[in-house]
Amino acid sequence: MDLLVQQLINGLTVGSIYALVAIGYTMVYGIIKLINFAHGEIMMFGAYFAFIFAFMFPFDLPFVLIIIISMVLSGLMGILIERIAYKKLRKAPRISALITAIGMSIFLQNLALLIFGATPKVMQPLITGDPLILFGYNISRLTLTTIGLSIFFMIALTLFVRKTKPGKAMRAVSQDQEAAQLMGININKIISLTFAIGSALGALGGIFYAMTYSQIAPTMGVMPGLKAFIAAVFGGIGNITGAMIGGYIIGFIETFTKGYISSKWVDAIVFGLLILILLVKPSGLLGKNTKEKV
Amino acid sequence: MAILEVKNLGINFGGLRAVDNFEISIKEDELVGLIGPNGAGKTTIFNLLTGVYFPTDGTIELSNTDIRGRKPHQIVHLGSSRTFQNIRLFKNMTVMENIKVAYHNRMSYGIFGSVFKTKRYRAEESVANEVAISLMDVFELTSFKDEQAKNLPYGKQRKLEIARALATDPKILLLDEPAAGMNPQETEELMNTIKLLRQRFGISILLIEHDMKLVMGICERIVVLDYGRIIATGTPAEIRSNPEVIKAYLGE
Amino acid sequence: MTAFNQTLIKLLTNKKVVHYTFITLIFIVLFTMIKSGTIDRYISNLLIMVLIMIIMSTSLNIATGFMGQLVLGHAGFMAIGAYTAALIAILLQPYIESTLLLFIVSALAAMIMAGFAGVLVGAPALRLRGDYLGIMTLGFGEIIRVVITNLSDITNGAQGLYGVPRIMTFPIAFWTTVIVVALIFLFMNSRHGRAILSIRDDEIASESVGINITKYKMIGFIVASMFAGIGGAMFAFKEGFLAPSSFGFMKSVEIFVIVVLGGMGSLSGSIIAAIVLVFLPEVLRSVNDYRYLIYSSLLVIIMLYRPQGLMGTKELDLTQTKSKAIQFWKNLKLLPGKIKLLPSKIKALFLKWVASIRKLLKLNQKGSDC
Repeated sequence: MDLLVQQLINGLTVGSIYALVAIGYTMVYGIIKLINFAHGEIMMFGAYFAFIFAFMFPFDLPFVLIIIISMVLSGLMGILIERIAYKKLRKAPRISALITAIGMSIFLQNLALLIFGATPKVMQPLITGDPLILFGYNISRLTLTTIGLSIFFMIALTLFVRKTKPGKAMRAVSQDQEAAQLMGININKIISLTFAIGSALGALGGIFYAMTYSQIAPTMGVMPGLKAFIAAVFGGIGNITGAMIGGYIIGFIETFTKGYISSKWVDAIVFGLLILILLVKPSGLLGKNTKEKV
Repeated sequence: MAILEVKNLGINFGGLRAVDNFEISIKEDELVGLIGPNGAGKTTIFNLLTGVYFPTDGTIELSNTDIRGRKPHQIVHLGSSRTFQNIRLFKNMTVMENIKVAYHNRMSYGIFGSVFKTKRYRAEESVANEVAISLMDVFELTSFKDEQAKNLPYGKQRKLEIARALATDPKILLLDEPAAGMNPQETEELMNTIKLLRQRFGISILLIEHDMKLVMGICERIVVLDYGRIIATGTPAEIRSNPEVIKAYLGE
Repeated sequence: MTAFNQTLIKLLTNKKVVHYTFITLIFIVLFTMIKSGTIDRYISNLLIMVLIMIIMSTSLNIATGFMGQLVLGHAGFMAIGAYTAALIAILLQPYIESTLLLFIVSALAAMIMAGFAGVLVGAPALRLRGDYLGIMTLGFGEIIRVVITNLSDITNGAQGLYGVPRIMTFPIAFWTTVIVVALIFLFMNSRHGRAILSIRDDEIASESVGINITKYKMIGFIVASMFAGIGGAMFAFKEGFLAPSSFGFMKSVEIFVIVVLGGMGSLSGSIIAAIVLVFLPEVLRSVNDYRYLIYSSLLVIIMLYRPQGLMGTKELDLTQTKSKAIQFWKNLKLLPGKIKLLPSKIKALFLKWVASIRKLLKLNQKGSDC
């Protein structure tokens, strides 16, 4: 197969995963102005949930059910984290909330370390079967599912946020919490909902990530988490469409760097890119610029 | 000689002309009031004069130096100092420290001076302490010397902000609604302090204020602003009877 | 009162005298204990680690505590200092006999290199604030690590750099730390320090009183990174071996936790917290697996219940300790009474909880009846 086509497909796969995870960052930031550092760990726990239900469960469960269970569990976890660690700090300086988020992230990582051990586990792809042939190229079913399901969920989310009542409430809260409250919106519920959706999508990203690299480990969420965050910043943090676009761009940049420049310098290049974006256009591709009023 | 000479000043925010053709000339020792309805552009003018915003057109001269494009701290160096509408103190620093920060540019010892506690360090620090103490004395803050600024009562916070602005040794002081949120008694007290401060420090003052009693009571000259334009200038008596002003404040 | 008593009281209330005496006493006690073998090599190594972490946390305190700029990549500067010092010491070892001189030369080089990195980070950092700045510094820390890993010709890459002279003795470490902390303290108590403090509280107000905030932010970042370079140099000479993995994000977090726990803006807080957090996991050996679990829970709990940390922005003042100690003792005496009340309080809470659950159940039953 052409190297270029292969790279494009890889980019699309990795990009889908980053986009899914980036959505969680961007939604939470949009609503409570917090970089939820623990999001990468939710992604990791999502993968572990899937691993448990796929390989340690007495019955064979269908793939879709495994995914749904893991997403629901991770969603609940997201809600729980917000209630325990962030709720009390909504009015506190943002730096305190950020420090708490970092604390939560390390806590969850080490919790996973205690429960599952430090040695990485092999995650067999849950989707097997002969590769499909598309336009004359062999593409594995896993890749197709990853890209297909990610796009499906992204469209569903976009419709949810634009068309439904809770989705509109979510947008209202992200623009002005107090005004939204005065309009009769239950802020706590909306924040919980945001965390639930973000975490569920993050978990999905985690499952695909684990299957793509066929490995799970307690620290697996750190790097993709950071890169997904970079994607969210790239797209304009707080903007869901931006996060999706950013995810794909970072995915492509990463795979093309690996393929054509050097795999050793990938992380440095991606982080360098982050710094560059922050300097040139901190509001990202689709974000709005805000300045402190004197 | 004019301390502050502003000509044809204007700024656009996107398509909005926030300030248009603003002119003012403030002489030494003069107290000028700047009034106008909410959103007339008063604070924007302060932000232009202090270098927070860059004007779209016009000139600003402070003691005959053009200050357009200079950074706020450079403008302070040239002798202009301000307070803010929503008090901006260094909340976690003590009253004494708040004033001493503003004395920064009048000291010259370097980083090595501070580390080795040189003679110059000790001399300058002791002068700074004296200045701070005398300013606290003027503004009746002495008993709060080691109190963190955030713990001061509201009226004292306003006073501290003025004291801090004075510590930079300005030729002109820009006060942005110093009486906002004060009760009549505190306003009265503030009026006396402003009068006292002119006698003692002999500086020019440009004052934004909503409290008409205060403005009419102490200003020699008043400039009225509406929709970013000057609609009247004159003595308090002239302003009081100006039909344009009445219209701007009371509507048609 | 005799003249002798009067001088004694004067001396005991003089901050400088009391604190310098205190420091010297600590040194004499620890040094004789090490020399006589009362403290074994293991513990004395730990002591040096404490001193390194004191330098790292007090230096980070300049940028994060005093200046209010979130820096999440402090270990990156430490890495630069460590590698610079190690490489220079390996190079110069044959020519310089005195370990002290070797340390001074390489630590100075480490300081300069780390300070240079501070310029690189500081310049872009001027445009950012808050969480964005934190993310950027995190990115820089990671880039530094990747660069060190990939420059394997010089640094021996991921395998690590062997053969660094282990010249870190307790006296050198101790007095280096004392000097660094004293320098930071003096710096913070000058017009420059006040300018940096004012940036933390309100940048706009700071500019409006004539502070060049660009310049002072830069100074803050550079000073912080320079001292971190010294900490790195001490680390290199203590370990004798360097690997890029020692300077990852977790190291930065470790330093950060010390600053937060001690109180952002308190040097003595950082010192106390560094002592506690280095010794705590060693004392509780059995819980070593839970080390980071404890660190992270601490971080969350502090932020939720005591965001100002142990000391807030205050400094420990030994001339005031007697009255503080009495106060503490009085509070301690009240503690048993409070503990006696605890069971009844818990009981009350539990009953309340049970009652609310009952209520819920009843409501549900009623709901099903309809």
